[in-house]
This record gives sequence, C-alpha cells and structure tokens, in this order.
Amino acid sequence: MSEGVSQPDQPQALAGEGRDLFSKFDPLIAMREGLLAGGQEDPFNLVMEKVLSPTRAICNGRDTILLGTYNYMGMTFDEDVIAAGKQALDEFGSGTTGSRVLNGTYQGHKECEDALREFYAMDHAMVFSTGYQANLGIISTIAGKGDYIVLDIDSHASIWDGCKLGDAEVVPFKHNDIEAMDKRLGRIPEGAGKLVILEGVYSMLGDVAPLKEMVAVAKKHGAMVLVDEAHSMGFIGEHGRGVCEAAGVIDDCDFIIGTFSKSVGTVGGFCVSNHPKFEIMRLVCRPYVFTASLPPSVVATAATSIRKLMHGSNKRAHLWENSKRLHGGLKALGFQLGTETPQSAIVAVIMPDLERGAMMWEALLKEGLYVNLARPPATPANMTLLRCSLCAEHSAEEVETVLGMFERAGKAVGIIEG
Amino acid sequence: MTRDQVDARIRAIAEPFNKKGVEIDEDTTFAGDLEFDSLTVMDFVAAIEDEFDIIISMNQQAEIESWGDLVDTVAKMASQ
Ligand SMILES: Cc1ncc(COP(=O)(O)O)c(C=O)c1O
Repeated sequence: MSEGVSQPDQPQALAGEGRDLFSKFDPLIAMREGLLAGGQEDPFNLVMEKVLSPTRAICNGRDTILLGTYNYMGMTFDEDVIAAGKQALDEFGSGTTGSRVLNGTYQGHKECEDALREFYAMDHAMVFSTGYQANLGIISTIAGKGDYIVLDIDSHASIWDGCKLGDAEVVPFKHNDIEAMDKRLGRIPEGAGKLVILEGVYSMLGDVAPLKEMVAVAKKHGAMVLVDEAHSMGFIGEHGRGVCEAAGVIDDCDFIIGTFSKSVGTVGGFCVSNHPKFEIMRLVCRPYVFTASLPPSVVATAATSIRKLMHGSNKRAHLWENSKRLHGGLKALGFQLGTETPQSAIVAVIMPDLERGAMMWEALLKEGLYVNLARPPATPANMTLLRCSLCAEHSAEEVETVLGMFERAGKAVGIIEG
Repeated sequence: MTRDQVDARIRAIAEPFNKKGVEIDEDTTFAGDLEFDSLTVMDFVAAIEDEFDIIISMNQQAEIESWGDLVDTVAKMASQ
C-alpha cells in the first residue's frame, strides 16, 4: 500500500495562519478593496450590455461614447466583414476543433494568410490564435540558448513572456534610447545570435519608436529585427503597414508581429516575414502547434477586413484629424499628456495618482464616456493613465463632445483648474 | 582589477540610488534592504554595464541577490 493512501486528504497548512498559494495576492486584493470602498464603479469590471456601433455602447444602463477600445479603424460593424463571417459560419461551421498542423487549416485560414501577404507585400504570413501567442511563439522559437534578445524596457507583456518561454539571454534597454541599445548590442559576445525587439507604437503613452535610427543600429550589429506593430496596423504608414513603413525601414524588418484584435476588429495574431526559411516555423513553434486554430468565421472576417484596410486612406486621414483635435484640445484644457505631439491613435492623459485617476474615470463614465484606466505595473514609471484611443468612426462632433466631458469631469475632480 | 577595486567602483555608482543611505555590506540585498524597484534596477545595472563595458543579462541578474553576488559577478566579467 502506498504511503499516500494513509495520508489525510487535506494538505498540511503552510506556515502561518490561513496562508496558502493565494497569500501573495493579498496586497493587490487590499488595494482593490480600498479603491471600491469609496463606492466607486469598478474600473476593471465594466460590462457593456449592448454595443450600438464601433463608437457607442450601453454601459451600466447609460448610452456611452467608446474612447477606450482598440477599434481604430471601426471595422467591427462593417457590412462586408459581417457578411463574410456569417457566410463562413454557414458553410464551414462554428469551429475547427483542431490545430493548424492537423485538422485546423481550412480554406479561410489560407485566404487570411494570403490577405496578410498582400497587405504587407511580404513572402510569408502565419496566423496564430492571438497576437499574444504570435509574440510568445515567434520570440521563444527563434531566440534560443546562447542567443541574445535586446529589447525595449517598455515592451508588451506578450513580448516579455516570449522571452521567458525561450532560453535566450535577455537584455533590456531604456525606452526608445538609441544609444543604450547600440551599446548593449556592441557588448554581445562574438558569434552569438542577436534579436532586437521593438514596437511601432507603445500603447501606454501612444508614443512611436524612432524606428529609422533603431533599425539601422540593429542592422549595423548584424541583429535580426522583430517589430510589433499591433497598434499601428491599418492606420500608420501609406498603406497602413505600420511605423516601420512610415519610417521607410520595413524592408529591414525581419519579422512584423500584429494582431486582429485592434484595427482588424476581430481576434487573432500573425507574423509576416520575407525570411526564406520562415515556413519551418509552422512545425517548430509550440504556441502555433499546440492550440486550436481560429474559427472559420473569425478568419473570414479578418481576411475581409484586412483587404478593406488596404484601401482605407480616407479613414486613416480622418483618424489623424481626430487624434490631432483630441490631443490639442486636451492640452489646451490643461491636461498633462503622454506625448508632446499627437503620434498615434492613442492619447494618454496622465493622472496625479491612482485614487484621482479612478475618480476621474468614474466621473467620465457618468458623463457617458468610456476611457481606459491604466495603472502600474502595466504603465511605465508607475504612472496612472486615462488612455483614450480614437476610432476612424468618431465624428468630428463626437470629439468635441468628448472634450466637453473631459473639461467638466476634470474640473469636478480637481485635475484641471476650474 | 581586484575585487576591492570593483567593489569601490560599484559603491560609487550605487550611491545616488541608495536614497535612504542604507549601510551596505556583503549580505545587503537589492530588493529587500535597498528596496530597488524594477526601474531603479534597470538604471543601476545600465550604469554598471557602462562603467565596466560588460553586459549583465536579466538571466544573470536573476542569480544576483546580494551585494557580494554582484561584486563577484562583475569582478569575474571584468577580468575576462
Ligand atoms: C503591443 C502588443 N502586442 C501584442 C498584443 C496582443 O494582442 P492580442 O490581443 O491579439 O493577444 C497587444 C494587445 O494587447 C499589444 O498591445
């Protein structure tokens, strides 16, 4: 008889009264309770009861302008996109129930990858189930033991997790600091493989990376370059290919990572590349192989949306107008912003602290405006931010309405002078 | 460079980051005693890297808990 059978069912209590594996979350639980004790609406538990359009929803019974989604190009209610999804549901069913490398590659997955190759004018495209998995998979697979990853300290969680999943040496540098990056690359031992990871738009402050200079430095040191263009696809660059296109360095980027969960308006992730051996990734990349592929309706909506984004220059122009107006208007009202100039579709408003940030967030929600409340550790330099992300479907009048809401809420909470 | 010389140079770099003026000995820890947060660690490590022209990856940083560990690591790298 094994010893285990005679053991009591209950595990022994760990040292300390009432302590278990969840005890490490106690400070966070206390912080949340403190925040909610003031009768606040929970900023991290909002439910949209009804979604009326890319820019409006009913939240807690109120008609609300959405200024905190990543629906930059407003594709979620596009007629052609929805029709493509419905047709795929009818013709291919609700899901694939399998991995891309087994029974999970349908016609639609191929068409979606074709659309991406055309959109980026690149040789290879690989669709993942999310952008998170695209970063996780590509980074951990290409940078292995003995290789070096040099990356911006403000990189997205999915990039950090990709580094953690692989065995490479990880070397961060100060945000957007070209010289710091250059120095670190120069000190890497001779012969080691090098991967530089950058983002086009950094989503917390909405600032862009100086990709022209940074990609040139990476190439000088013989490094491969991966750029995450999650927040620029469809909007920045002449064809909406991202900051790397606008900076004129897309041909020097070895891998572009992107997502369908923002401008494309559905869910999924991808990597595009011109590397001649890229297709081998489909066999060796675990977050691609060991998970189910996207449902047919999702890849159909994504492919349709991506093809429409190729011709989105009018929408891109209007989104720039919105971003400039909101940025200029908030600045004139006296708010402190994440960037001196409008650089993307994200305008981050810096709050003095979490408490007043949460109060401002709630005041805006009561005005009928939804923005994102971002707090450490997701934010750089421990800032509390109200992040506004604009949509090409926001009308010029809506932007004016938003500015009025910010003015009233900001004065009521005491963030700006009234 | 001797271990003592390395120690002295890192001590000079640590000074502005040691806001509370914590007394530093071999067993002083960065997270616990010096209360360095992740941003401070990045700036501190960058300054050491520049001073000794070395690279301390995050994987290597994870092995370093105390002041003594850091001096050992840097002394070893700087002599290579
Ligand atoms: C920079 C960046 N990369 C990757 C992702 C992950 O995308 P997805 O939502 O498709 O997992 C996000 C979105 O959260 C992001 O902001």
